[in-house]
Amino acid sequence: MSEHEHTRAEGSNGLGGTEHNELRENTQLFNKQRYEAVARVEDYEAYRTQAREIKEAAIERLPDLIEQTRQAVEANGGSVYVAEDAADANQHIEGLLDEKGADSVVKSKSMTTEEIHLNDALEAADVDVWETDLGEFVIQLAKEKPSHIVGPALHISREEITELFEAEFDPEEPLDTAERLTRFARDYLGERIDAADVGITGANFVLAESGSIVLVTNEGNARKCASIPDTHVAVAGIEKIVPSIDELHPFVEILSRASNGQDITQYLSMLTPPVETPAVDFRSDDDPTMSDADGERAFHLVLIDNGRMAMRDDEDLRETLYCIRCGACANSCANFQHVGGHEFGGETYTGGIATGWEAGIEGLDVAGEFNDLCTGCSSCVNACPVKIDIPWINTVVRDRRNHSEAPSYSDVLVDGLVPDAEPAGTPLQKRFFGNFETVAKLGSATAPLSNAIAGTGIARAAMERLVGVDARRDLPTFERATLVEWARDRPAQVTDPERRVVLYPDVYTNYVQTERGRAAVRVLEALGCSVTVPAVCGSGRAPLSQGLVSTARSKAETVADTLGGYVEEGDDVVVVEPSDYAMFQREYENLLDESAYDRLAANSYDVFEFVYGCLQNGADSSALQGPTGEGVAYHSHCQQRTLGVESYTEAVLDELGYDVVTSDVECCGMAGSFGYKTEYYDVSMDVGSDLADQFEPVAGERTVVASGTSCIEQLDSLLRVESRHPIQLLAPN
Amino acid sequence: MTTGSVAAFERSLAAVDATSTTVTPDEFADALEAAIETPAVGAPLPFDDVSLAETSVTLDPPRSTLQEAACGVTGSPLGIAELGTVAVESTAGGDELISLYPERHVAVVRASDVEPDLTAAFGWLSEQFERGRQSFVFATGPSATGDMGALVRGAHGPATEHVIIIEPHE
Ligand code: SF4
Repeated sequence: MSEHEHTRAEGSNGLGGTEHNELRENTQLFNKQRYEAVARVEDYEAYRTQAREIKEAAIERLPDLIEQTRQAVEANGGSVYVAEDAADANQHIEGLLDEKGADSVVKSKSMTTEEIHLNDALEAADVDVWETDLGEFVIQLAKEKPSHIVGPALHISREEITELFEAEFDPEEPLDTAERLTRFARDYLGERIDAADVGITGANFVLAESGSIVLVTNEGNARKCASIPDTHVAVAGIEKIVPSIDELHPFVEILSRASNGQDITQYLSMLTPPVETPAVDFRSDDDPTMSDADGERAFHLVLIDNGRMAMRDDEDLRETLYCIRCGACANSCANFQHVGGHEFGGETYTGGIATGWEAGIEGLDVAGEFNDLCTGCSSCVNACPVKIDIPWINTVVRDRRNHSEAPSYSDVLVDGLVPDAEPAGTPLQKRFFGNFETVAKLGSATAPLSNAIAGTGIARAAMERLVGVDARRDLPTFERATLVEWARDRPAQVTDPERRVVLYPDVYTNYVQTERGRAAVRVLEALGCSVTVPAVCGSGRAPLSQGLVSTARSKAETVADTLGGYVEEGDDVVVVEPSDYAMFQREYENLLDESAYDRLAANSYDVFEFVYGCLQNGADSSALQGPTGEGVAYHSHCQQRTLGVESYTEAVLDELGYDVVTSDVECCGMAGSFGYKTEYYDVSMDVGSDLADQFEPVAGERTVVASGTSCIEQLDSLLRVESRHPIQLLAPN
Repeated sequence: MTTGSVAAFERSLAAVDATSTTVTPDEFADALEAAIETPAVGAPLPFDDVSLAETSVTLDPPRSTLQEAACGVTGSPLGIAELGTVAVESTAGGDELISLYPERHVAVVRASDVEPDLTAAFGWLSEQFERGRQSFVFATGPSATGDMGALVRGAHGPATEHVIIIEPHE
């Protein structure tokens, strides 16, 4: 058992335990506060764009900037060392401490020093090390690992901290409030800071031109670590360098807001060491005044490569280096909210971007341990203040992981059956889910027999054993007549159309939920559109989710070719399933050449976005079915939210007079194949419980509708009533 | 600096749990005595019209006095109205330690040095960096932590903050 597994097991006390409750509450609160803080700033988007551009440019000319930093720090009287890897960095830092004869160190929170396991190295060298960030201090006492990039102890409750402190320190007074705990820790650590030989901090940013380091904290401990001991060592990844003070501004605007919703951190320190602050010797028996203090200040900057230069050369992982470690991707992630960073994280980093960091720093194996917890729902995409495409990084890493498996005997079995472009060795489960379209085609052609067989206990047990489809989850029921066939046999309804529409028959709409497809066609026709439903393959969403990138790419090319032909003729493309709409709008940018992507993205619409547009342009809403008495409970789809099209459904329903309650939880917890997989079924249901809590009480009085297939399947397993796609409400009889 | 911006600054300070008083240079000494807790230590104020010389604040304190002081007084070269931020400069007078050690921090800032927002503050910073003044802390409210299960003021730094804003005579 590796050390990593050991601590993870210790740190986790099971789903639904205190750890998860604490984490869920804290991350959901941060996420809510982020929304509010961001909404208060008019120029937030502009700052995001600026920050992204600055990072892109800085990483591009990183070797230059490292050299510039070295010159500036040395000119100020400090030293700079660029460490190749963890061992190199630790050895160098130990050397610095040796030179000074230091045997005690106080540290301010730094993920980079976690990454290189500096504490272990120093302790092995007989140096006393104290973490001074209170959360980090708790983690140190608990002998755990941080569960969150920003809040290392977010998963531990106040009561548990009290227990920990009382056992460790046996205090005279009980430490049974947050105030008492804070006071105790402050005094205890204060003494250690005053007595320390060296202060070690991280750096949120390094300014190349002036050789300054920027520290962002709320507690003030980083200021103390940097200014009380006369020797300051700052440890930072090379990616933290930006050119100068002029580039810092946008990051200060976005960092705290994205992180926990503060407009600005309590302390933003921009220090150009060695600083002017007098080096008072807090350990001496003499009592010199500040101006008598004659200590000399020393400063050492340790810049760490540890795989970063290689990430810089890696087209897909490069973006990871733009990360400013705000933690927003973790806070916005429903799976993270429910399982926390001990499960959704690697050796050091946690949450959405952890895959990128761990793949770059530790390797594919570590990243692979938790990579599948990313469902590609894209909630983190708008949360990330530097616009990193986190789901894409997760997909790429999954793809590389798939290809790193050795071929096995099951490949021989599967290779002939699945039409994917993946090499042998790709895990069977991933190939099964990635080729759902083949399953659906077969299932539909042989329905209803296929449904009957799939429903038997024997079949379910076999599926669970072979490909990990959880037997507790209802399977989709395939329709014998596909949507494409139905549409082909249907005579034209609109002879003099206002618009010509191509309805995209995604795999689910075509083979499983044909009713929502038929409803969409009738709605569009009622609004004066002629509708074509072409025979075309799946969008590639299913293989993409499994990390089968080349299979997804070949599907994308076929779809873009077919639909592109219609677009050229002046047709609009309308999509019922949000995850496929998101393929056209987002993921195709990574899969297709620019013009093919642009053409489809610019001319495709979410079905309600399109209906809304028709109504705005004067189409007659009375042709659509209005409310029939019951109210509606509506859950939109995570990818609709990312793309900003979730409100069209509500707007249209409102306009037609429906009484709508919308779910305020963002995630149903299902995300396609995720909830079908035995190993994730429980997480999926746990995440879904937030939605169930909101909808179960109203499900008797309201019709439940949801935009996404997965959301509907999830709702069906969470609620007593069945749900359907909102377009089915509108379809005239 | 308009009166409106001083009012905005005062509001922002209140929002970040800091208190403030706005006074003329003549009123400064009294306002200071009212704001501090004793024993108080201070760093020389970087202003011509007000100083700590005639007050009960100990300048250039010995180490032990700094550690025992209840209050630290420093002058700020910059305030940010929109955020309730005051700048602390790293100086030989010990601003950094004095503003950080004691339980209470009293910052003195001239109304004319209050910039409206972070954009303007970064313009100011950029000029200072050009001139070689390159170590500042932007402090916004007292120190805080949420790590012990609830929000607590006074983590490693001060638990309370008071800002005295000096407005010139009419
Ligand atoms: S990837 Fe983006 S959201 Fe996640 S921690 Fe980094 S900067 Fe923040």
